[in-house]
Formats: sequence, C-alpha cells, structure tokens
Amino acid sequence: MQRIGVFVCHCGTNIAATVDVKKVVEMVRYEQGVVFADDYMYMCSEAGQEKIIEAIKEYKLTGLVICSCSPRMHEKTFRACAEKAGLNPYMVEVANIREQCSWIHKDKEEATKKAVILARAAIAKVNLNTPLKEGESPVTKRALVIGGGIAGIQTALDIADAGYEVDIVEKEPSIGGRMSQFDKTFPTLDCASCILTPKMVEVNQHPNITLYTYSEVEKVSGYVGNFDVGIRKKARSVDFDKCTGCGECMTKCPLGKIGHIPSEFDRGLKNRPAIYMPFAQAVPAVPVIDRENCTYFKTGKCGVCAKICPSKAVDYEQQDEIVTVKYGAIVVATGFDIINLDKFGEYAYNESPDVITSIELERLMNAAGPTGGHLERMSDHKQPKDIVFIQCVGSRCDNEEKGKPYCSKVCCMYTAKHAMLIKDHWPDTNITVFYIDVRTPGKNFDEFYRRAVEQYHVNYIKGQVGKVMPQPDGSLLVQAADLLDGKQIKMKADMVVLAAAIEPNPGVRKIATMLTASIDNNNFLTEAHAKLRPVESPTAGIFLSGMAQGPKDIPETVSQAGAAAVKVVGLLAKDKLKTNPCTAQCDTLLCNGCSTCANVCPYGAITYEDIQVNDHGLRETRRVAQVNLALCQGCGACTSACPSGAMDLQGFSNRQITTEVDAICR
Amino acid sequence: MSFTNVENQVELIKEISGSDPYKCMKCGKCSASCPSYNEMDIKPHQFASYIIRGDVDELLSSKSAWKCLSCFACIERCPRDVQPGKLVDAARQLAERQRGGDHLQADEIPELLAEDLPQQLLVSAFRRYRR
Repeated sequence: MQRIGVFVCHCGTNIAATVDVKKVVEMVRYEQGVVFADDYMYMCSEAGQEKIIEAIKEYKLTGLVICSCSPRMHEKTFRACAEKAGLNPYMVEVANIREQCSWIHKDKEEATKKAVILARAAIAKVNLNTPLKEGESPVTKRALVIGGGIAGIQTALDIADAGYEVDIVEKEPSIGGRMSQFDKTFPTLDCASCILTPKMVEVNQHPNITLYTYSEVEKVSGYVGNFDVGIRKKARSVDFDKCTGCGECMTKCPLGKIGHIPSEFDRGLKNRPAIYMPFAQAVPAVPVIDRENCTYFKTGKCGVCAKICPSKAVDYEQQDEIVTVKYGAIVVATGFDIINLDKFGEYAYNESPDVITSIELERLMNAAGPTGGHLERMSDHKQPKDIVFIQCVGSRCDNEEKGKPYCSKVCCMYTAKHAMLIKDHWPDTNITVFYIDVRTPGKNFDEFYRRAVEQYHVNYIKGQVGKVMPQPDGSLLVQAADLLDGKQIKMKADMVVLAAAIEPNPGVRKIATMLTASIDNNNFLTEAHAKLRPVESPTAGIFLSGMAQGPKDIPETVSQAGAAAVKVVGLLAKDKLKTNPCTAQCDTLLCNGCSTCANVCPYGAITYEDIQVNDHGLRETRRVAQVNLALCQGCGACTSACPSGAMDLQGFSNRQITTEVDAICR
Repeated sequence: MSFTNVENQVELIKEISGSDPYKCMKCGKCSASCPSYNEMDIKPHQFASYIIRGDVDELLSSKSAWKCLSCFACIERCPRDVQPGKLVDAARQLAERQRGGDHLQADEIPELLAEDLPQQLLVSAFRRYRR
C-alpha cells in the first residue's frame, strides 16, 4: 500500500485564477493511498520543494503527485526533489493542471472539476508505480556536423577547439555554403570571403576536424552518445591524395567553353566545365567530375582531363564509398535556399533576364563573380541606371502554394546593403526600394538602413509592386502604388531585384526523418524549448545551428553555432549518460514471437531469441521478443501494437494506463 | 441603407466573400495592381479597414465600389488571401440584398441589362458561378 502525498500548485495566478486550488486539495484528500495533501503558491520554488521534502519525511511518503505545470517543464525538478528526500524519483507523477487545464479553460467550476479528475488519474497511477533505476551508457567522444556553411564551420571549430573530434559532412564539393556566394556582409560591409575563407582553411587544417565533402548522410541509427552514421562519399573521380589543385583540368575541359552546364555556385549566371571546383577558394581544392554532364561518362570518349593532369589524379573508375562512423552528438546545420519563383508570374522572373534575385545580385557584384564585379544587365551587358528592389517576394505570404507565412528576416538589411554598395560604385544609379515594412532590429541595423536613405538617397516607397512588364525596348515597366502618397506609380527600370523568401534547405526533411528530429510546418527544425533550449532538438543528442532552425543573419548564426557547440561539448565531456529506465519489457510467457513489435519499433531495439519454456509440464522451444535496453527509447509503439499484451513499458505499464483511464471515468 | 450591428455586418461580408479582412497587412499589392486605381476615391488597400471599422455605407457611397472592374488582379495577387475585390463585391451584394434583389433569374438577365444593373455584379456572379 502506497503512502501518497498530493501537492497542488497555484503557479501564482496561472492556475489559481481558473482552478479552485483549495477545493482540489479537499477533493483528493480521501483518494486511495493519499495520506497528505496541501497547496502552495509556487511548488517549484525552494520553499515549495522544502515543503515536499518535509512532508516526505514526516508522513513517510512512498509516492508523490504534483498538480502543476506540464511535466516537460518541471518533472525533472520534482524528481530531483524526491530523490533528495530519499524517495525513488520514478515514484513522482505530475498532473498537468496548467497547460491542459487552467490555461485553456475559462469556467472556474468546470476547470476545478477537471483538475480534480487529472489529479485522481495521477494518484491512481502512483498507486501502481514501482521504483525504477536508471542504467548507464557510454559516450562516443566524437561529434558530427551536417552542413559545411558558416553555421557548420563555426560549430565544428568551437567543438574542435574544446578538444573533441568533429566530422563535417557537406553535400557540395566544397565547404563555405551560402556565405561564400555573398559579396559584402551587413552592417559593417566587410567582404564575405575575407572573413569566411580563413575559417574554411582553419577547418581544413584543424587536427580535430575531418571533412567529408561531396558526401551525404545516408543512414543513422543508435541514440544519444552512441549514434552510428553511414556517410556516402560520392565518387569525386579525382584522387584526393594525388591532386595538387593546379586547376589545369578545369581550364582544358572542352565543356567549359562549348558546354552549357550552369554553375550552381554562380546561380546559373555563368557556365562551368564538367570537371570543376565551385569557386577558386574552394576547400578542399580538389575538383570533382559531374558525371551526369561529362562527355567521357556519357559517351566513353574525351578523357582530356585525365590526359592533361600532371599528377595523374583523375580516376574515372572511382566508386561511391560508404563509411560508418560512431558519434556521441549530431549537429544539424543544413542551412537554407530561396524559394522557387515560378508562381510569381507577375514579376516576370522567368520572362526577363534582367529580373534577378538578390542572391544573383550578390554574384553579379562579387569581384570573383561571373562579371568580375561589374554590375551589368544579363540581357545586353549594359550597366543598369534605374534599379528597382521588391521586398517580401513570397515572405509573409498566407497563400502556401506561393510563399511562406514568415518574415525572412534578412532581406531588409541586405537590400539596404545592396543599394548602398551600388551607389558607392556607381553614384549616378537611381535606386527605388518598394517595401511593406522596413524591419531592422539589431545592433547598428536601423542606423544602417537610415544611412541608405539619408546619405545615399535611396528612394524607399511603401507599397508592394503589383506587376513588372518587360517592354519592347528592353526596359522593365514597374507598376506599384505609393501608399503613403496615395498615388499609383508606373516606373521604368533597367533591372529589378527580387528579395525572394528564404526556406530551409529542401534536403533537411530527409535528414530530420533519419534523425527522428522534429520539424515544423515550414520545414524548420523544432527546438526543444523555444526560449530555454533553443539549440537542442527534442530528440536527445541532436543539436541545431543556423538557418536550419529559423531565419537568421550571419551574426546570429555564429552565436547560435557557438551555443550548439557548447551543448555538444557538455554532452561529450560526460563519460557515461544515464539512460531512461522507462523501457519496454517482454513477458516471455505471453509472447508468441509474431514480430509485430519489431516491425513498429523505430529504434531497431527488438530482436528475437529461442528460449526453453516449461508450459504446464510440456517442455518446448519458443521464439520470443527481446528488448535491447540501450536502444529502447520508451516510445511505447510496441506495447500498443502487441496483439497478446506481452510488451509492457516500465513506468507506463498497461495496467497503470487502464487504471488512469478508470480513474478519469469514475 | 444603414447597419446597426457592425460585428454582424463584418460577419456577413466575411460569409459572402469567404475572405477575412483582418488578415490584411496593408502591403498595397492590390492598389499596385488595380487598373481602376485612379478612378477610385477609396483605394483597394483601404477596403479591409473600411469594413473592419464598419464604414460599409461610406464604401458603398464612394465611387470605388462601382468602379471596380472585377478583373480579379487583386484577388490573384493578394499575398494574405484578403482579396479586396471579393470584399467590395460582397459589400455590393449586401447593398443589392437590402434593395430586395437577392436572386437573378438567368432568363431575366437580358432584360435587366438594359436597366441600370451594375455590370460588376453580373461579371463577378458569372465568374464565381461559372461552373
């Protein structure tokens, strides 16, 4: 027989305003097993916890029910409190009367009734609780960072500097990500390459960092501290050890001159050869052969690169290789791209080469870009005189077929940057920015935008553009409304730049599925707690860095990368991790070896063995399920799937759950 | 025509138009797209506010309600699915209903055309019920 103490929290007015706390205490006082019941203003405070500890000692309590906020918030707190008083932490149950009761109801009487019911269910469960003991599992002291952009680079460097080994997996031939495509960075206007390339080199030379470029994560199994990750190293067709990075092959590849392979790095504004490095400062400086486009791979003829290579590094026979590596922690830093603009026919992006995206403008202004940094129209290579910027193309859009509901956060600032850089180089250019709102929160950000208006005389007009019409003379007619002046405007432009909405890298869905990390409706990775655990995924051992988690600029990305690294280091610094004791167990007397549980187990934790049983004097061999406790995460899928009721979850047994349901229906 | 219950009137317009004026973020893409902009005294991006405030009378007595060509450019391009063209169309329908003209019989239409039936009502009715 349990001796149960019930503690009802007011949570200030969070609970007490909607639930009659005193009444709950009175109503549960005579429930089975309850020997003590009390309420307090803040149960989680030090004084509240003291109250619990005193009661455990005075009334010799064997079980606790805390009626308070969600167990996600304070279950840990109350378990630790129980442990302090010598009680097994798994003898504590939390009845969530805040999120699931007071916050969502208005009628005090009804809410109080519901709070009593929730408390009764928890009391009924504690009556059947048994002390559970946490196990231990070792920690592999190596981290994996998926994505080699600025987020991944910074996370890896911070982990490596703390003394742990890190691997970066990057699907492109070089690390550097989006930032390596940029020209300058706001709000200080330092050149992106100048601040990024040293970091790329540092990553390449760091003794604790291993780079897997042109590689993809293919398979993930295991759990926090002990992940097994299969990495596909795509065939580069160039021998890493022999190649000196001289670049001779790229200049001699016939497709470089006559081919039409658009350069991904230059956003299709330039063509590239079939054997290529994305850009001159690529890390590693080893080219890859794009087998889909290479003449040799398509027809078996050509082979110029192999012949010309002075170090005989080109290897057409190379195969994809899959390596399996063990990791203790995984960081997702898969970054972003911009949305497809096919649905925005009104802006003529697919019609006119002079309507470009902001990231294409970055390439056009970059000294290493397709025009050598000279801003020109793609149609006639003339320098544009009148440039129109259109903000929020696909951002803050309620129509999910066309755009995204969120603000992309970086566009206001980079547009001000573009406008000022253009005015700096070519002061005669007329620049008009059509905005809905100018959003510039951040250190020195609004000052930056004001400088564009006050010092550079960039013309900011409130009102989104309705239509861009390519004209027979090669110019573009922009139709908009100046909402503050109350006038409709028709304006000629030589170039139109669209601030397209950003979206998480499309590949993130596949990766999140492999990692069982949750993502939101917009494919951004979900954090464990929006405020208090912003760089952790709810899945243990998975951490988040950069745009994969939500829109953010470079300073924020670097801060978040550092934060993720600290969390990883905190995990890797431990020698052992406590494992969740709420794992599945198989009752071998009931199990008939049907394999249903193994089929539904997302963690591969169930195997089968043959055991000898003595069934009423009949000796026989039976195939039964066996749970690997190190792999089991206690999700409970097997317990609900098992047709014979043999699978049971410790701490959430079938009997406990039906008793809870009975208590609710009483 | 006058309305006493503002909430009720907003609800009616929401019901007829199927769009929600509260979603408007005043981006002005409708006003930017509208071919009748210069003919209108109340501009398309203001329609939502007039309805939210309960100034439907004013909207209907303005030139705007009857200068809308029902071209649906604003409906096509509105990023918030507010669709000002549908809002003003709903306001017109509300006015017509109050005058007792709730339903149109297909065979009466040619006769009505000669009279002063607003062409917008016909155009949007045909567009909406073309199936």
